[in-house]
Amino acid sequence: MADTLLSVQNLKKVYSSAAGDVEAIGDISFTMRRGELVCIVGPSGCGKTTLLKCIAGLLRPTEGLIELHGQRVTSPPPNMALVFQEYGRSLFPWLTVRGNVELPLRHKKLSRSERDSLVDDALSAVGLEHTAKSYPWQLSGGMQQRVAIARAVAYQPEVLIMDEPFAAVDAQTRADLEDLIRSLHLERGMSILFVTHDIDESVYLGERVVVLSSSPTWVQEDLDIDLAAERDQITTRALPRFTELRTHVYQQIQRAKRGEATRPAA
Amino acid sequence: MRDASPRGIPHSRSPALVLRYRPRHRTDGTELLMATAEAPMVLASRAPRTRRTTRKALLGATGILGFLVTWQLIPTLGIVDPRFLPYATDTLARLVAEALDLEFWRNIGRTMTAWTIGLAIASLAALVLGTIIGLIPFLRRATHSTVEFLRPIPSVALIPLAILLFGFQLPAALVIIVYATFWQVFVQVLYGVADIDTVARDTARSYGLTGRAQVFSLVLPTALPYVMTGLRLGAAVALILAITAELTIGVPGIGREIVFAQGASDFTLVYALVIVTGLIGLVVNMGFRLIERRALSWHQSVRGEETS
Amino acid sequence: MTTMAPPVPISRRRTGIGAWLRTGRGAAYALGLPILLIIFWAVGSSISPAQFFPSPLVIAEAFVDTWIGPAFVDDVLPSLGRLAVAIILSVVIGIAAGTVIGLVRWLRELLEPMLEFFRAIPPPVLIPVVTLLLGITDTMKLTVIVAGAIWPVLLNTIEGVRSTDSIMTETSRSFALTRAQRLRYLVLPAASPRIMTGVRQAMSIALIMMVISEMFNTSSGLGYRIVYFQRNYLIAEMWSGIVLLGLIGVLLAVIFTLVERRVLRWYHGIKEVERG
Repeated sequence: MADTLLSVQNLKKVYSSAAGDVEAIGDISFTMRRGELVCIVGPSGCGKTTLLKCIAGLLRPTEGLIELHGQRVTSPPPNMALVFQEYGRSLFPWLTVRGNVELPLRHKKLSRSERDSLVDDALSAVGLEHTAKSYPWQLSGGMQQRVAIARAVAYQPEVLIMDEPFAAVDAQTRADLEDLIRSLHLERGMSILFVTHDIDESVYLGERVVVLSSSPTWVQEDLDIDLAAERDQITTRALPRFTELRTHVYQQIQRAKRGEATRPAA
Repeated sequence: MRDASPRGIPHSRSPALVLRYRPRHRTDGTELLMATAEAPMVLASRAPRTRRTTRKALLGATGILGFLVTWQLIPTLGIVDPRFLPYATDTLARLVAEALDLEFWRNIGRTMTAWTIGLAIASLAALVLGTIIGLIPFLRRATHSTVEFLRPIPSVALIPLAILLFGFQLPAALVIIVYATFWQVFVQVLYGVADIDTVARDTARSYGLTGRAQVFSLVLPTALPYVMTGLRLGAAVALILAITAELTIGVPGIGREIVFAQGASDFTLVYALVIVTGLIGLVVNMGFRLIERRALSWHQSVRGEETS
Repeated sequence: MTTMAPPVPISRRRTGIGAWLRTGRGAAYALGLPILLIIFWAVGSSISPAQFFPSPLVIAEAFVDTWIGPAFVDDVLPSLGRLAVAIILSVVIGIAAGTVIGLVRWLRELLEPMLEFFRAIPPPVLIPVVTLLLGITDTMKLTVIVAGAIWPVLLNTIEGVRSTDSIMTETSRSFALTRAQRLRYLVLPAASPRIMTGVRQAMSIALIMMVISEMFNTSSGLGYRIVYFQRNYLIAEMWSGIVLLGLIGVLLAVIFTLVERRVLRWYHGIKEVERG
């Protein structure tokens, strides 16, 4: 496809450990177009984080091909940004908020003022204009995660990858952050790959939901979410269509956990 | 990139768990067939962890060998006069010769005696004073400045005083050993006592635990890791000062033997004894690390060097 | 652990009479016990004069006589100069070598047993060895201090550098930072608490080594002076020397605390948050 941004083909990842080899990912294939918001869900331990790390170039796949913009991913590509779940451990405590957000920009050849404006823009996009001089550990968990998101936004990546970013945050903050992601997606047209274990969150956020099976992982279902682009925590979640979709995803996950789904012959 | 190894179990609609039987060796050497339940697709393979430890051992051994070879080469190639840096072979031979001499072991005994007595006195004093002061905030505040002034005074500054008071015998050595070791253990005990979780303390109080019971069920367990660290650090410091006392004051022991050897221009013996002190230090360090780990095996956080 | 004993709880209100009272109370705590002890000592030495424990007034007088004058320039300053240079050398070489060894795994595994052995050698024992190799020169005195003080810095740097948080490493890799950038913005700052622990230990060892290396086989320096006093039964002067050494030790500790507070501001901040 002309505007395919990311393509994963027949990805397989095997870990060797003291107990023997473990096949974390069996065979995963899917594509992502530019400007899409794709959510990935699956039962616990199905290798979601492994998948993301392979896509991000942090792990070498055992077999299979990952391409970003038609270019094979072998090491972390420069136009990809990552947001982890553990914000406390991914932000650098010896740098201020501003220092953290501008750090990845340092090796992009930008002038001082360009860098500053990107940082300011990113901080206001996440609503943290006034905390630039604070240190991350002076902020609450939700705000720290916003800093991590601002860091990714300022980097201006082609695709933003998020690994269960809101799992460690309380429910109210999570709702705010979900809406933040939606607005970043709509206003800036960011392509986002979002991994979560929260089924409601995946349906609320995504335009597509990719359901993974349990280990050895493969793509059990690739579901289109036909909800409106403008979503709202109260009304959208009350829609009958929302309930249908989330129930469907939930059933798929249950099947995945029980190992009932069968893989279509290759 | 791992090459595809032959599969153990066919890829199919396997049940969620698979029972496999593997031989396991118990600690008494007997074999036991243990059933382990594993998720499917566990492929048999050699554990890489043993590979890593053998590699580490090999590299370490190479390092030691490399050092000895370099040492041997320096006087051989004349970079340093062999009179002042004897050959490694000569030094090691001398070490072995010493090890066969009873007087050598008596000297080690003297050093270790001073070490033991000094460490014991210092630790006891530090435990008692540290606990009392640590538990009473007024005392802590009142002694803070004094502690912070006395602590940085190098114990070796007291050497002349020790000589004046006790001459050139063991008690003089004990003065400087105890002074330095005390602070090491004392500070750690203070930290340990100060670290008591306020929630735990409130819980203990709400259950009506008296002071004595609180000490045993709350203070001691919390402070234990710190005390262990303090003892380990104190043991190392006590050894250093014991040998220093022998070097400087002339108290009998390994340190004094080094001074004698230097005076007699028996440089091979000097180097051999230096190695001996290193070995003693290693044994003491490792011994206390082991004790620390053993005593804390039930404790969640094993404190690393960072707490020093 | 920071250089000071565990923090003593103080409440913080900055203005008004409360603040003055607080300062007064703080000063009372700080000076109370020391003044008490000195009074004890003074009274004790006047009641039953012990030969080796002169009254504090006598010591104070000797202090002024001995050290404020030419002895300061001839003996104390050179000693302190050597101490300062040696500490700086130990820190710089220790951090540089420690970083390299910590980051290159095979190198670390190669050197680990030897490093463990060398750090176990009591530093004063190296004095005869270094004297053999370098004679009795200023270089020798400097080398002796470095030989003792470098180990804590080196070993703590190695430990600090190799235990960088894996998530932070993955974050910086995902943002495609170069190795040099990772070193400067991630590895070294993350290791700095560990490294500062080593620096503190190095400073106390350096002081010890400086004193010992000057006590014997030398004819100048602070350590030499003190031993000279002891040998000639100049008791008060000897005590004044001990006091001076204590002051130097305290000065070093204060300098270290100031530097550490600045460098590890973020670290102390986190600890505050965790505690509160």
